[in-house]
This record gives sequence, structure tokens and C-alpha cells, in this order.
Amino acid sequence: MTDATAPVPDPMTPRGTSSWAARRKVLGEFWFTFRQNRGAVVGLVIFAILVLMAIFAPLIAPYSYEQQFRSNFLTPPAWEEGGVPQFLLGTDAVGRDMLSRLIYGAQYSLLIGVVVVSLSLLGGVLLGLIAGYFGGKTDVVIMRVMDVILSFPSIILALVLVAILGPGLVNAMIAIAIVLQPHFARLTRAAVKVEKAKDYVTSAKVAGAGHLRQIFVTILPNTFSPLIVQATLSFSTAVLEAAALGFLTVGAQPPTPEWGTMLADAREFMLSAWWVVTFPGLAILITVFAVNLVGDGLRDALDPRLKRS
Amino acid sequence: MLRFLVSRLALIVPTFFGITVVAFLFPRLLRGDPVLLLAGERGVTPERYEQLVHQFGFDRPLVIQYLDYVWGLLGGDFGTSIATKNPVLYDFFSLFPATLELSFFAIAFAIIIGIPAGIIAAVRRGSLFDQAAMGVALVGYSMPIFWWGLLLVVVFSGMLGWTPIDGRINVRYFFDSVTGFMTIDALISGQRGAFSDAVRHLILPTIVLGTIPLAVIARQTRSAMLEVLGEDYVRTARAKGLPPRRVIGIHALRNALIPVVTTIGLQTGLLMGGAILTEHVFSWPGIGKWLLDSISSRDYPVVQGSLIIIALIVMLVNLLVDVLYGLINPGIRHRG
Amino acid sequence: MRKTVVLLAATAFATLISGGAFAQTLVYCSEGSPEGFDPGPFTAGTTFDATRPVYDRLVVFEPGTTDVGEGLGLAESWEISEDGLTYTFHLKPGVEFHSTNYFTPTRTLNADDVIFSFMRQSDQSSPWYQYTSGISWEYYNAMSMPDLVESIEKVDDLTVAFHLTRPEAPFLANMGMDFASIVSKEYADQLEAAGNMVQFNQLPIGTGPFQFVAYQPDATIRYGRFDGYWGTPAGVQSLIFSITVDASVRAQKLIAGECDIMAYPNPADIAMLEANANILLETQEGLNVGFLAYNTQQAPFDNAQVRTALNLAINKEAILEAVYQGFGQAAVNPIPPTMWSYNTAITDWEYNPTEARAMLEAAGVTNLTMNVWAMPVSRPYNPNARRMAELIQADFAAIGVTVNIVSYEWGEYLARSQEVDRDGAVLLGWNGDNGDPDNFLAVLLGCDAVGGANRAQWCNEEFDALVQQAKVVSNQDERAALYMQAQEIFHAEAPWAPIAHSLAVMPVRSNVQGYVMNPFAIHEFATVTVE
Repeated sequence: MTDATAPVPDPMTPRGTSSWAARRKVLGEFWFTFRQNRGAVVGLVIFAILVLMAIFAPLIAPYSYEQQFRSNFLTPPAWEEGGVPQFLLGTDAVGRDMLSRLIYGAQYSLLIGVVVVSLSLLGGVLLGLIAGYFGGKTDVVIMRVMDVILSFPSIILALVLVAILGPGLVNAMIAIAIVLQPHFARLTRAAVKVEKAKDYVTSAKVAGAGHLRQIFVTILPNTFSPLIVQATLSFSTAVLEAAALGFLTVGAQPPTPEWGTMLADAREFMLSAWWVVTFPGLAILITVFAVNLVGDGLRDALDPRLKRS
Repeated sequence: MLRFLVSRLALIVPTFFGITVVAFLFPRLLRGDPVLLLAGERGVTPERYEQLVHQFGFDRPLVIQYLDYVWGLLGGDFGTSIATKNPVLYDFFSLFPATLELSFFAIAFAIIIGIPAGIIAAVRRGSLFDQAAMGVALVGYSMPIFWWGLLLVVVFSGMLGWTPIDGRINVRYFFDSVTGFMTIDALISGQRGAFSDAVRHLILPTIVLGTIPLAVIARQTRSAMLEVLGEDYVRTARAKGLPPRRVIGIHALRNALIPVVTTIGLQTGLLMGGAILTEHVFSWPGIGKWLLDSISSRDYPVVQGSLIIIALIVMLVNLLVDVLYGLINPGIRHRG
Repeated sequence: MRKTVVLLAATAFATLISGGAFAQTLVYCSEGSPEGFDPGPFTAGTTFDATRPVYDRLVVFEPGTTDVGEGLGLAESWEISEDGLTYTFHLKPGVEFHSTNYFTPTRTLNADDVIFSFMRQSDQSSPWYQYTSGISWEYYNAMSMPDLVESIEKVDDLTVAFHLTRPEAPFLANMGMDFASIVSKEYADQLEAAGNMVQFNQLPIGTGPFQFVAYQPDATIRYGRFDGYWGTPAGVQSLIFSITVDASVRAQKLIAGECDIMAYPNPADIAMLEANANILLETQEGLNVGFLAYNTQQAPFDNAQVRTALNLAINKEAILEAVYQGFGQAAVNPIPPTMWSYNTAITDWEYNPTEARAMLEAAGVTNLTMNVWAMPVSRPYNPNARRMAELIQADFAAIGVTVNIVSYEWGEYLARSQEVDRDGAVLLGWNGDNGDPDNFLAVLLGCDAVGGANRAQWCNEEFDALVQQAKVVSNQDERAALYMQAQEIFHAEAPWAPIAHSLAVMPVRSNVQGYVMNPFAIHEFATVTVE
């Protein structure tokens, strides 16, 4: 990631020595602290299962997510009266296997999380670096724009953005990324401001390092821990908001087995077929919960000052 | 204090300007066209279309439309809804009290349960209660509230029949709207059963909207308490042999609550987002639902009006939090 | 100002309630908020449901039918001139307007009110033409009234003559539509003088069986019985619309007794409602059609054989079950079977994938890939277009045709589907406005409507000539014969796959009596009583 000769302060102690050995030690410490947190480990395990489910969906799922069984509209789960073992969690309104759709749905939720976090991280960090490093008017303009974005509740802004871009999964992801990136920008900017005031940046400047080099080699690595915590948080927010947009019928479009979209499609059966409403929501909850558990663990391990809250 | 206020206000002015630009531009970027929606399946001839566009003033240059709009705003004119043909503010004021009442109950619910739960969890750190409470809080924090609402309705209204499914009060009660708060108006009306009926209608929406703030407040209270309990003066007080209840009650609590107040304020600001989903699930006649409907009917004046109003509310709440923070806590360092 | 009005209204209403029995109240769970309370500028059925209690029209249909009934509305009788160009209406004498705390009438209904009701929608110099910003008179325009009506003449205080520019058989039926509701000119004049014209749309005054009491957006509309009503007095003391957007929630409220009658149940909930001993289901065949319109100007869909082949491949039974949950019937013709002139001799394309495949091959079409457009919204004629599209996708796959489902935001969908060079077949439908076959055949399939409501972009000269001729003939039997012939051409050419006519279902609690369903899917409560 960085070249070893550069003065890279490690993320735990900003002005500590830097060597591969030290880095490994830090990683070891991190893993030790993380492992202490039982919740975080449980979260990590659930998350790993979800990832495996997503990757091997075609192998695990009993059917394709769009295969319609015309004689099995709204079949209850296997253990309910009227259920058949063939469809463990029942079928939906056009006779598609719920279990298969839920398994494939994991692909979408994880994809949403990864894409949104990458986009907003990239955008936010870039803007934050520019604002923090150059200061002055650039800073004012960028941060005022961020303020404007943050003045709207995120789901509302995402909703309007999707209405502009048109409904669909890709547009929903873009909208959510736009809404989430100011958090990264603020964090980065704040960290840059702090770091900029410190000696080693000044000395790097004296040594004649260029702007870019200063930003990427000297400053960026130091903002690493708050960013990673924020990224985990954003991952769960992204999954939730994408599901909410799907629920409001402007996110992923049917027959995509995205969980929020499945909920929206199932809402009319709320009182007559509980399983089509219950399972997709449960899947969202479990995913977000697992990510948040991991997030809590990461925060404790990476940033002892923030403690557990 | 005054200087602080002035500097905050100075920040708000450009932000507000940005908000009006966003609120004005976004609806016009929306795909779809209110004129075509009005025409429905029948469609509209090109001549008639031109005529309608002209009537709505959409054919004027954008800058002119914008200046016109801002000028109207300064005079308190938010435009006229395309759908209802009513002034935007007229519709807003008939819907806003419902949102306000629901938000108030949700935050009260979150505080009343969240703070004690957080305190107990901190004092008995590591206990079964602590672990259970924090587990539940994290579940709450991870909750897709739109689904949570559906689930509660299915169980408590559908299966058990304990709570009403939607609305603010049984429609057979009718009384004057004095405050706009259904519970208070019901009390004023003096009609038998009206107040308890209004409260029953509030239970599920309050729980749903209050879930995430409750989780955040409980977690924040616990961590703030833990921090304070670990600080020197508390330890000294304990060492001096003061009874624990007194230590916690007087010394620790007061200091721990300061960051909690900030959290409560921030959550209040965020409530508008949750309100949209909650109002959607419970058909709650408030401004969240109003905004959603206006987006789907491409009702520009309502979309821009409600965006501005909602952003204003969020900004004011945040300002209030800052001021409050400054007031109760002049001495303590401002934490990130 | 408004606050006092509502306040007074509430007090008056409260005395009504306390004086009478709770049972004298009818609660209707409606599906959405009305756009406003002036029926002129709006087009949604939900709005007309809310204005019907307040207003009357000159002409009224026989209850439960699409036939114009003489003397049921504000016009006691009418004459049509020989050339079909002049319609003279004789108004009932002594018809009173509502007297409320925001308006007290000084006179009864006269010709001025009638003329004002229409002229405000066409006279651009009238201040009422734009009485609140962005108002437009959609139905008045859609029914071609600006071209059709040359002038409206006040013959005497109780006689009004409409002079038309051409004979138009459906004109009388148009007078029964909601845009033709009769409003009070005196009320309008007062508001104009007070500079508060927008109130016309907020606090309505009419001659109807109920008068307006209060409206809370997205929550309730309240009406009270109008004791001065000229006709049979309303069956209940007060009428409440409990606005409930979600259909399942409406069903639940009906079961709980929170409402007495509900609109548009979810097909999925009907079985549950049917099982409830306290609830009766009223049904009425809807005046609607849901269809898949091919683009007949685009290869290979310009070939009638290809269209017929695809029609044969659609399994309507599966669609009726999964999309309409059994509450619909397969559509054969473009007009519903309850409408006069429906051609019963035509039989439906029978589901036959094998023949469909062979027919496609015979037409030289292989490896066909096509778009099917699915509406993003639920309409009575098609409760779930996406689900329908998914079923059609599977049906077409069975004959080797690959389907891509496309959808747009509703306004964009409506606009793009009109384009002549549009790619693909469109799912859409139609709710009848006035019960005249012209309202389906000319509006949806006429040559004038290509690039507009004619989503098949289908212009068949023979068909068009028949439909145009039927419009100017005034004898109904002659007209029916022409329309039947037109339907035969439609069947041979298959510009659409007609999918279904939905069945309107109205769940009603058993203590409610006298509810008559209306084929236009407008909900009326004047005749209803509650035990």
C-alpha cells in the first residue's frame, strides 16, 4: 500500500516508529482486541455465512430465483398447514420459491454494501482531502455543499435522487453513495487538518515532498481507523436504505430478489400470507445486525478512545 | 454566547441558500412530467401540452423561475400545489401537527426508556442486564423500521386485535382542532373515550419511530456513564465513602447527560427520515407521507416546499442542540 | 377565517351526533385523498367519490347502469332538436343550495348556475378560468367540449339550451359525468368579491344530498345530511370518508367495524372477507379493460398473424388467478360485456402454445426478442402489471419468444408509450367515463388517437369509418350494429391482446343496506342506510 521507506506512522500511535514488524504487531494487537469482543466474532461469522451464501447461491438454492411454479401460488412454509416440503419457506404470489429468492437476495445486499461504501469512501475521502489540504475557498465551498447534503434526512435525499435518476438498483446505489459520502469527507477533512498541523508533515514539506505525495503518503494513512469504522457503519446504512428504497418501490425492480423490493411486492399479502412479509425483513435485520456487531468490534479495537457505546 | 449564535447563523445563511437551489432544481430534474400525469391514460395533444406548460409557467427560463420562487419564499409564499390546487403552506399546516405529535411521542418514548436502561447497564457493567440491553439495543439500531412496523401491525392489530391499525383516532370522534395534537384536542373536547382512543392509535407508530433513537440513546447513555464513572472525581467521591446512589445520581449523571442531550438533539433531527417510512406504513396523515406522494405525482411546488421546510426543521433542531450544549456546558471541552 | 369555519362546523356536527344515534353514521374507508372539492379540474375517481355527495348533475344514470335516466338529475326533462345540434334542458324548480356556516344562499337553482358551471371551464376571460394557479379543465377538454359547444343559451330562468357545432351522440352521457356537476354561481360571486376564490375548491357548496362539514387531508372527510335536499333525503345523518391508502388495512378496519363499507379490496384479502359472517360482498362487472397493446407499425408486429400467434400464447387463466385472484374475467373484445353493442358472437383466442409456435414459424418469425412494458402503478383494470408481465414473459418463453420487461415512472410511462416508434408491447388499460362504446373504441383505437391514447398505433380505415359513423347516428340500434362490426375487425386484426375486465368488489358490513354499485366505479352513498 505504501512504500516502506516513507515515514508511515501506524494507525494506533500516530507518531510511533514504522516498520513491517511494528505493523504486524499492531495487526496482532488489533486482532487480539477484536477477538475479545464475543459479539464482534459472532457478527463476523454471520457475515461470513452470508458471503458464502451469496457466492454459492446457484449451488445452495433449490431453484432459480425466477422459476414460477404455476400450481403453487402462495404456498405456506413446509411446517405450516398446507405447506409442502418442496418449498421450505413457501412460495410467493407467482409461485417462486421463497428460500431460493432469499438466498439470491444476499448477493444483492452485499453488492449494495460493497459498491455504496466504495463509491462514497472514494468520493468522500477525495473531497475531504482536497478541502482539508488546500483550505481557504475550496474548503468553504466543499464543506458548505456537504452541509447542504446533510441538512436533508438521508432517506429523503436518496428518494429524490432516485426519482431524478430513475428507479433501479444501480441508481439507488449511486443515490445512497452520494448521500453517505459527506460523512467520509468530514472525517477526512478533520483528520487532515489535525495532521497538517503536526511536525512530520511540516518536515516532509521542508524535505520537498509534493502535494500529492504529502496527501497520499503522509496524511491519508493516519485517517485510516476512523474511516474504517465509518465504512462499516455506512455498509449497514447502505443495506438498510437500499431496502427502504426497494420498499418504497423505487429501488431494485421486481423480479430482482432484493429483500426490500420483495417486501414491497409482498405487502398486499400482509394479512393473508405472513411468510412473504416476514422472511425478507428478517434477512435484512440479520445482515445489518451482523455488520453492526462487526462495526462495534472494529471501533473498540481500532480506536480505544471511542470505547464501546 | 451571542458571538457563537451569530457565527452559527452566518453558517446557516449560505447553507439555506444552497438548500433552496437544491430544492428548486431537483424537482425539475425529476423524470416524468406533472402535465402528463394529469392527463392519465388518455394522453394529451401537443397543443394542449404547450398550453398547460405555459399555464404552469414551466416554459420560462429557469433562472427567472428560481428568482421568482425565492422572492415568493421571502414573502412566505411557497407556491401552489399542482395536485390539490391549494397553497403549499395551507396543506403543510394541516398535516404538520400529526408529524409533530408522532415525533414528540417517539422521542419521549426513546428518552424515557433509553436513558434509564443506559444508566443501569453502565452501573452494572458486564451484568446479564447490560449484555441483554445492549444486544437488544443493537438489534433496534439495525432495524429496518418499515418492516418492523408491518410486523407489529400483523401481530398486534391483525392477530391480537389490541391496537388500531392506522390513523390518529377513530373517525367517529369529531371535535375541533385547537392545537393539532390529537391527544390534547381529545382532552379539550371532553368526549368520553376520545383521549384513550387517540393514545391507542399512537402506540405502534411511536414504537416504530422511536426504536432507532431509543437504541442510540441507550448506547450513548451507557458509554457516557462509563466514561464519567471512570473519571477521577467520581472515584474520589466513591473513595470518600459517599453512597453509590448519591455518586451516580449527583456527580456522574449530570456530567454524563451532557453528551446524551446532544445525541437526543441529533436523533430528533434525524427523525424526519424515519417519519417518512413510519407514516407510509401506518398511513399517518403527516408531512412524510405528503412528501412521498408529491414525489410520485411530480408535484413540483410541494416537493420543493416540503424539502425546504424539512431541511429548515433539521437545521433549526441542530442549532438548538448547539445552543443548548453551549448553555448547559460552558466549561467542558467540546468533544469530536 | 378557515379555522372558525371548521370550528363552527364541528360544533354543529357534534350536536348532530349527540342528538342522534351513533348508528346514523356511515363510515366509508376510501382509498386516497381527493385532489380537491371542485369536480371540474380533476380527473381521479377518488376525487369524484368525494364530490358526488355534494353536487348534482343535469343528467343522472339509472342506478347501477350506464343508461341515462330521464328526470333523475337536476334537469326534469330535455329535448334534442331534429338536426341533433341543440339540447334544451328544463331545470327542476325550487332546488336549494346548501346553507352552511360559510355560505347562505338567497335563491334557488337557476339557469345562471348551469351556464356558470360550464362557462368557467371554457371562457378564458372569466376570472374563474384560472381561479387558483395552475388549474386546468382536463375532462372538459378531453370530452372535446371546447370544440363541440358553440354556445350555452339562457332561454328562461329554468331553461338552458346547449348549441353544438356538430351532432354528437354521446353528448347526453357526457352531461352525466362529474365535470358537468352544477355549482353555485352565487357562492362563486361572493368568494370573488371577498378575494378568496381558492376556497371554492376547499369548502364546496352544491345541491346534493349531503353538505360538506370538514376535511382533514389524508385522514377524514365529513359530510352531514342536507335537510333541504330536493330529492329523496339521504339515508344517514352523517357520512364519513376514512381515508386509508393501504388495501389490507382497509380490510382489517372493515372487519374490526371501524368502517362500514370499503373501496377496492386486495384480491388476496377477498377470501378472508368472504369468510366473515358480518361482511357481505357486492360485486359488479367493471366498465374497464386491461390489455397488451402491440406496436402495429413495427415489424414483426405489423403482421396480424404474428399478433394473433402471441395472443394464442397467453395463458389468461393463470393471469386471472395470480394477478386478479379470480376477480376478473378474460377479455375478448375491447369493450366490456356489460356495455351495449358488445359482440357475443366473437370467441376468444384459445390458449394454445403449440399452434402459436407453428403460426409464428409460418409467419417466418424465429428467435424473436421483444419488450413488454409493465406499468409501475396498480389500476383497477390491472392490479399488478409487473406480475402480469412476469407471467407473460414465461408464456412467451414457452413459444421461443424472449421477453424483456421494461418499466418507467408512471408519467414517463404514459408519455413514452404514446410514441409511434415505441419499441415493444405495452400493458395498459382503460376505465370507462360515460358508458358509451365510443369512449372505448374511438378513444383507444381510432386513427385520430395514434400517437396518443391509441397505444397500438393502429389505424385501420375500415374500423375507423365504422366508429366515426356511429358517433353521428343517433339511433342506438344502428349504432350498436356498427360497433359490432368494428369489433369483428378488431378480432381479425388483433392490435391488442385484450387481457381482462376486472370485477369490482365492494365489501359491506351486514348492517349497511341499500348500497348500489356503480359501473363507473364511483362510490355513492345517498341511498344507504345503517341499522
